[in-house]
Amino acid sequence: MNPRLLMSSVALTLAMVGSSALADKASDTLNAAFTKELESVDSYFNSAREGVILQRSIWDGLLYLNQETGEYEGNLATSWQWVDDTTLEMKLREGVKFHNGEEFDADDVVYTVKFVANPENGVVVQRNVNWMKDAEKVDKYTVRITTNGPFPAALEFLAGPVSIYPNEYYAEAGPAGMALKPVGTGPYMVESVDPGKHFVLKKYEGYHGGPKGKATIGTVDIRTIPDVNTQLAEMFSGGLDFIWGVPADQAEKLAAMGRLNVVNESTMRIGYLELDAAGRSGADHPITKRAVRQALMHAIDRKAIVDNLLKGKSKVVHSACFPSQFGCEQDVTTYEYDPEKAKALLAEAGYPDGFSIDLYAYRDRGYAEAMLAYLAEVGITANLKYLQYSALRDLRHKGETSMSFQTWGSYSVNDASAITSQFFKHGKEDFARDDEVKAWLDVADTAVDPAVRKENYSKALKKIADEAYWVPLFSYNANYVFTKDAAYTPTPDEVVRFFHVRWN
Amino acid sequence: MLIFTLKRLGLAVLVTLTVSLLSFSLLFMSGDPASAIAGENANATDIEAIRVLYGFDRPFMVQYVDWLTGALAGDFGQSYYFKLPVSTLIADRLSTTMLLGVCGISFALVTAIPLGVLAAMRPNSLIDRGALFLSVMGQAMPSFWFGLVLIVIFSIQLGWLPPSGSSSWKHFIMPTIVLGYYAMPAIMRLTRAGMLEVLNADYIRTARAKGASETRVMFKHALRNAVVPVVSLAAVQMGFMLGGSIVVESIFALHGAGYLAWESISRNDLPTVQALILIFSCFYIVFTFLSDLANAWLDPRIRVG
Repeated sequence: MNPRLLMSSVALTLAMVGSSALADKASDTLNAAFTKELESVDSYFNSAREGVILQRSIWDGLLYLNQETGEYEGNLATSWQWVDDTTLEMKLREGVKFHNGEEFDADDVVYTVKFVANPENGVVVQRNVNWMKDAEKVDKYTVRITTNGPFPAALEFLAGPVSIYPNEYYAEAGPAGMALKPVGTGPYMVESVDPGKHFVLKKYEGYHGGPKGKATIGTVDIRTIPDVNTQLAEMFSGGLDFIWGVPADQAEKLAAMGRLNVVNESTMRIGYLELDAAGRSGADHPITKRAVRQALMHAIDRKAIVDNLLKGKSKVVHSACFPSQFGCEQDVTTYEYDPEKAKALLAEAGYPDGFSIDLYAYRDRGYAEAMLAYLAEVGITANLKYLQYSALRDLRHKGETSMSFQTWGSYSVNDASAITSQFFKHGKEDFARDDEVKAWLDVADTAVDPAVRKENYSKALKKIADEAYWVPLFSYNANYVFTKDAAYTPTPDEVVRFFHVRWN
Repeated sequence: MLIFTLKRLGLAVLVTLTVSLLSFSLLFMSGDPASAIAGENANATDIEAIRVLYGFDRPFMVQYVDWLTGALAGDFGQSYYFKLPVSTLIADRLSTTMLLGVCGISFALVTAIPLGVLAAMRPNSLIDRGALFLSVMGQAMPSFWFGLVLIVIFSIQLGWLPPSGSSSWKHFIMPTIVLGYYAMPAIMRLTRAGMLEVLNADYIRTARAKGASETRVMFKHALRNAVVPVVSLAAVQMGFMLGGSIVVESIFALHGAGYLAWESISRNDLPTVQALILIFSCFYIVFTFLSDLANAWLDPRIRVG
């Protein structure tokens, strides 16, 4: 190749590289990446974070939770009131049209509720829908939803996982059709779905003007790229504009480089050690002794783990829930890092030379290994058993784990019922089996009066901390990395709202 | 030749059946499929409902026979995870993997055989040393690292190639090199060793003595004999590439069958995993079968023996 030709081809290449960063804003397309292959776009038939993200863009719930004020606002409903403890009457927004032109009215709400509440239809996360009993149409724009017993968290669910589907279309297409060609009322409509691999969203010009606001970016193009390093390479070469879930060490380097926006936000997920206080894995196991569990609390330097490994907006948690959740009592017994005290407690319990135990874990191996080191310091020999999530859950359900490192994201539901009540009401994942705690939680979960709920969650959480049933560890955080051309403020519920992303 | 072919074919079918039974039972022992389908946010009631819905409460052999009958008719059932027919899903993913596999093995053969021949022609020369260096590198370098190095150079620094995806031929250049480079060393060393052995044989001396050109000696007489074990190896490597390009597919976000298999295992998506194992083992069996035939054609002693 002659030198001039070489020079010009290099120049051309450089020009292309230079312009590719601008091309996306110019073509009004936000290129984003999922890390995981999403099983189905139909929001009732997946249990993935990616699914929730698409759900919020494509569909609408009856209500909307304002992330800034923490208040519920009308979305597809404009007003609502409890007729009695189990009946919620809602007035619906008029003049709303689905992406396919179908008109939104009470029939859509009734159809959707009846469909998802029927267990035979196999909605994947039953918990999101099984509190609803039925729905009836009062008139074209009024519906009544009845619940299976008093359910104070109903509004939270109507603003979250319960989205309203077009009755005529869904009756015909079903979950399979909805997964390939989703139709909703949300700010984005779906142009194409290549299952698990590629999703293209287009701004819905006919959006009804609800609280989400109209989308500003014309096209959102989402590809699944499993490897975070590849995602970063795409960010650098201009192939991607928006990613999240970037590990802390890489996010720090990216922020230092200054070419991309790096924003950290906490998430509702907390990590904790689940301790077999009830002796399901063996009645005379050391972990059944309260002093041993308290020793574990003192043994692990949670602040050091947060400062050195999780970083960002992560915090040490002391209560068995995420601090912002309704009912998440913060005034509980706390256990500072104190290895000497831990050793004393172990000696008091009859284990002056420590003991040996298996620590089960399914994610964040580094954090688990850090905990092993802390436990070793006070004489506890912990062996790490690292399994797939489902395999570990099987073992827990059989009650075979004495100590496991678990995390829970509460489905981003801002209410303690989504976490504390999940694990302390004598279910298969309850290793405390405390009747008193269960009784308090039962009251808290079903009482309509917020003060009563709060009081009972408080009692339960205080006892959980006193007895050290869990070792609450830390809250997680997420790093969002996006092009300097875009602006976005992430929220602690870890839901990326594409309709709130804007070009600068 | 016909009896030889039939014998091999019968053996192949038996191996396939055994593989299917083994994989079916192994996967069932690895964990509770109902629990995996339910996902991370499900509780015990959800899981129980799913167990009944999918028929996991039935006896093991009933489930196996049920599956095998469908599979023989080309129906691998529905993917638990994607809720799509497994055959549709695999057809979509397999095309990417096959393209990648063919490109990868071609790249490996096209670079390895000439290098192997050159190295054998001048043992211990600079070419031989260079080829050895290349092959040691290829064997030692993990493909995820090599892939990332290529991405850094060609996508980020130079901006010539897209880092991930499969929408154009450009997307396949780096994956082909990474995948092919991994298979190259073994093929090259085997070619070299085979050539060295053959070049010292009496019939090569005879061929040279009767005045055949060096090219003719090399390709007609030497390579044809030296390449026999290479054909078998390439067949195995090809099978490996189709089933085992998980790392490459994951780094370059190619969404091929290898990555699908890997992910499906962790999702306990039984129908998909069963089908893929069956298909992958069929590939191995078909390639081994073909290489047997090719070798028999290349070397008459094999079909007679």
